[in-house]
Amino acid sequence: MADRRLHGLGLAALAAAAAFLAIGLKGNIAFVLELRLLKLAALVQVGVAIAVSTVIFQTVTGNRILTPSIMGLDALYLFGQMLLVFLLGGVGYVTLDPQLKFGLEVVLLMGLACALLLPMLRSRLDMGLMLLAGVVFGVLFRSLQSLLARLIDPNEFAVVQSASFANFNAVRTDLLVFAAIVTVVALIIAWRARHVLDVISLGPDAAMGLGVSWAGTVTGLLLLVSALVAVSTALVGPVAFFGLLVAALAERIVNSRRHAVLLPAAGLTGIVVLVGGQTLFQHALGNATALGVVIEFVGGLIFLLLLVLGSRK
Amino acid sequence: MIRIENVSFKHRATPILSDISLDIPKGGVVALIGPNGAGKSTLLSLVARLQPLQAGVISVDGLPVDTTPSRDLAKVLAILRQDTTIASRLRVRELVGFGRFPHGRGRLTQEDDAIVDAAVAQFDLTDLSDRFIETLSGGQRQRALVAMAFAQDTDYLLLDEPLNNLDMYYARALMRSLRSVADANGKTVVIVLHDINQASAHADRIVAMKSGRIIADGTPGEILTPDMLDTVFGFRMRVETIEGKPFALHQL
Repeated sequence: MADRRLHGLGLAALAAAAAFLAIGLKGNIAFVLELRLLKLAALVQVGVAIAVSTVIFQTVTGNRILTPSIMGLDALYLFGQMLLVFLLGGVGYVTLDPQLKFGLEVVLLMGLACALLLPMLRSRLDMGLMLLAGVVFGVLFRSLQSLLARLIDPNEFAVVQSASFANFNAVRTDLLVFAAIVTVVALIIAWRARHVLDVISLGPDAAMGLGVSWAGTVTGLLLLVSALVAVSTALVGPVAFFGLLVAALAERIVNSRRHAVLLPAAGLTGIVVLVGGQTLFQHALGNATALGVVIEFVGGLIFLLLLVLGSRK
Repeated sequence: MIRIENVSFKHRATPILSDISLDIPKGGVVALIGPNGAGKSTLLSLVARLQPLQAGVISVDGLPVDTTPSRDLAKVLAILRQDTTIASRLRVRELVGFGRFPHGRGRLTQEDDAIVDAAVAQFDLTDLSDRFIETLSGGQRQRALVAMAFAQDTDYLLLDEPLNNLDMYYARALMRSLRSVADANGKTVVIVLHDINQASAHADRIVAMKSGRIIADGTPGEILTPDMLDTVFGFRMRVETIEGKPFALHQL
């Protein structure tokens, strides 16, 4: 049954991609197609990266209403953008070599994840403490960011602001190849770890009893999550609830928490929601509103729904 | 053989275990008894490398537990902890199947399937095998967890209060299953028990702990005496012998 639904999801993702490419195709077809293909590749990458990173993060933390943004990674990203503008000025920021900037961002975000994880490894802190540390870091970076926002020129502030909100219309296609390499490598690792992830979901004691070295595996997985988050944030900007929405949907659709099914299901759901939604907004609704806003709105509702349902149990 | 040498353990400044040394030869059922807070569960989790060793040496079949790769140890030793909660949405058979993880890293062969089926059947879980864990009662869940530890099919099986939540029927059935794997397959079972009469009826050897030390170690006949039980638990109780086995009437 789960396999059939997975095939269904695959078809839906293909249909969404085809619609995205084909609808309203006119003028210089080769040129438009090339443009759309690039954008499609970016959207697919972002959808899959966020979906898979959220599923892994939820498994590792044993909590189905968390998303990686709780670790303060998005906040650090935004703070980094603000700091760059502050130090280099708006013009300097815009003329930075995008590949170099992107590479540094990924490394920096993974570095922060390491900084949060190493104490956990050394003293075997529990997951709750680490998440709290992440929340506190997030607040710190957000506060620093708003402090800098007050210090800079209003014109330059506009430059940062455009980088601070998820924007699926203006995807950074110039980063695509580099991002694709990171995403594909991360996805291969995640897929190979699917059985280990199943065991991790049993909790630390049971997993260790079954021969999984907990601290090392969890650290590796969280680094993987931060690499995926870094990629998607750099491509489209921070999203909070998209991952939650997709992971919850995927789990309902395949009705399983086994990662051999759930990981592909979440990735495909991510593609359907993102590419399908973008097609809908571009052609049916004439770009009346931003997809990012709607996804965050629906994701937020799902979050509340999960909270209410969870508390009733 | 499980060899525990001079093991001490502190939680922050509080000593939990003080200089424990114990040899458990291969084969048979060994019961760990003692009052709450004696350090039984801590000792078990140290043997099963769930907590890092602070002082002393523990080895299982010559493999030191702190340096042997976790994956290799999982083929030799299985542990079931007290109050294990499974957060994941799993069916009973899937959970039991996880017991085979150390052997196939997640791929179940036909042989694995047969072992899982046998464990499911042994603990009367066949009718429940497609149910989700969270829909089970406490006792049924406990049986599923024990079945998972069984399916791991290791030479050493450590169980921390597995009789929790089990009714009389299943408590007896579990103890008998443990007895039979120890007798028929030469497995070693180390089990933390609160019911000393279960220990007397089914264990070969009883180790009594109190305040982080081993204070008695012997056959059920040697441990279940009014004097000895007074030292361990702090009150006198009657001990009667039925069919050659001592039973403590601690309810009186």
